[in-house]
Amino acid sequence: MISRRSLCLTASVLSLVVRTRAARTQDADPWPDIRDALFGDRAIAESDGVVTIEAPKRAYDAAIVPITVHAGISQAADRYIRTVHLIIDKNPAPEAAVFHFTPASGDATFTTRVRVNEYTNVRAVAELNDGSLHMALQFVKAAGGCSAPALKDAEKALADLGRMKLKQPAQVTLGKPNQVQLLISHPNFSGMQFDQISRNYIPAHFIQSVTVRYGDQTVMTIDGNISLSEDPSFHFSYVPMAEAEISVEVIDSDGMRFSQAWPVSPTPSL
Amino acid sequence: MPQPLLPHRTIPRRHACGCLLSAAFCCLAGWRAQAAALATDAVELVEVAPGLHVFRGVHEEATAANFGAIANVAVVVGNDSVAVIDSGGSFAWGQRLRQAITGMTPLPVRYLVNSHVHPDHIFGNGAFLADAPEIWGHAKLPAALAARGEYYLGRLREVLGSVATGTSVIAPTHLVSESRELDLGGRVLRLRAHPTAHTDNDLTVLDETTGTLIAGDLLFMERLPAIDGSLNGWLAVLDRLRQTPANRVVPGHGPAVASWPAALDPQERYLRHLQTDLRALIAAGVPMEKAAETAGQTERGQWRLFDDYNARNVVTAYAELEWE
Repeated sequence: MISRRSLCLTASVLSLVVRTRAARTQDADPWPDIRDALFGDRAIAESDGVVTIEAPKRAYDAAIVPITVHAGISQAADRYIRTVHLIIDKNPAPEAAVFHFTPASGDATFTTRVRVNEYTNVRAVAELNDGSLHMALQFVKAAGGCSAPALKDAEKALADLGRMKLKQPAQVTLGKPNQVQLLISHPNFSGMQFDQISRNYIPAHFIQSVTVRYGDQTVMTIDGNISLSEDPSFHFSYVPMAEAEISVEVIDSDGMRFSQAWPVSPTPSL
Repeated sequence: MPQPLLPHRTIPRRHACGCLLSAAFCCLAGWRAQAAALATDAVELVEVAPGLHVFRGVHEEATAANFGAIANVAVVVGNDSVAVIDSGGSFAWGQRLRQAITGMTPLPVRYLVNSHVHPDHIFGNGAFLADAPEIWGHAKLPAALAARGEYYLGRLREVLGSVATGTSVIAPTHLVSESRELDLGGRVLRLRAHPTAHTDNDLTVLDETTGTLIAGDLLFMERLPAIDGSLNGWLAVLDRLRQTPANRVVPGHGPAVASWPAALDPQERYLRHLQTDLRALIAAGVPMEKAAETAGQTERGQWRLFDDYNARNVVTAYAELEWE
């Protein structure tokens, strides 16, 4: 579960980052401020292979930029990736999402889709259960993703709000990490999209937390933000051991809750 | 243009090729001639059927040199009044269009029809305000303008610079949710609102007198179609649109006129290729970014601006079809 404290912390960190950035010129490197705000003076190992990041060097659509963070270590009970901060340096809310994993995740590798507002470094900072920090980064060329108009079909988006889909592999493999994809229908309004008629910005309305359980084990939780794309998508892993349900609970910034569950019927692999 | 002034163009503004600001410098045949014509001459209207005149947009991104006039525009002259279907990509160009109409007929412009929300089709609206026309649009056009108008205007100013001066977002005064007839005096135009296809606010116009369908961006020819609504929806709308009793069509982009319904075939082929490719790729678990490299590629070489729009179409359609 995501604690209230961590959400508040995220919010205050973001406002700090935004405030500090306002005083800087547009081309200044925002990373030192973000680093201070999120990690203080803790050491961060760079490019040591604990995580690697895969992102298009040049995005096709700045409002839907797929990012994969590969875990270089497995989720062993004694050493595993506990948290991955996905950071888009030059976005208005740089900390796009925080992913929390457990040994039940099997593999902390994940893919999601983000909005990118201007050319920027995208970073994954992983925190292991021993508290050490490990970073990977990649430069992404894309612009305008946060303020880009939303909703190609506004009526359908409203009708589908909160609908979810879980894509499972055709064959479930017991005892090993299986990758699945979770799709959530949600506009994830960034707060930077302008309504010409009301002369106001459409209020931010975004997915704030996602909790994924397999049976009674928590597989992954996500603290979301406005930098996640419309209709958020997450590829992640879990380790099926027996027949049980995958259940997902989503809470958005308006306090709306959506939940859904899918059966997992493992057929033992030969 | 399809999804004009895209936010998402990811090519650095400071680099020459492919970027919105500098597309004009980039390998586009006929650009110089077109730019020169726009700078000095009146808008050229071609009479494709009696009393039905078409301006043919250029296959480029909007630039200061082309005044944003990259979409086709139609002018229909009746016994009593004139209807203008789409107004071009800027106020400055809309004024030129208005002048060209004045040179052709003294009749008043009573109707201005907006085929959909994209800026290359509506940003000339302001040039017709002095005519106080009824401005017709799809019932969902106001919401789309609300969500996007300001954004499009900001992008237009970035791209066209001073050429964008005077351009503003002008909402329709009359809405169509199904169909509607406009009488120009001895000549009836039938407006038809469509479900989500190219966008969620596509409107077509049938000139019954000459059997000409003015399709807006429900039909792209030569230039790659851009999906800003729904791939499946567009294919469904095309099935019904094909039944329209017409003998010629004015596409939103492409030649001034083409034969109906054969003109639909290349676009439908592209959209079906995309749909088939994407369904197979999604079923095989190929991720979005990899799909963008392969889906629709058999159509490469058949279309202008293919590389500018295909990958975007793939991303848009992938996000739609992965819910199937």
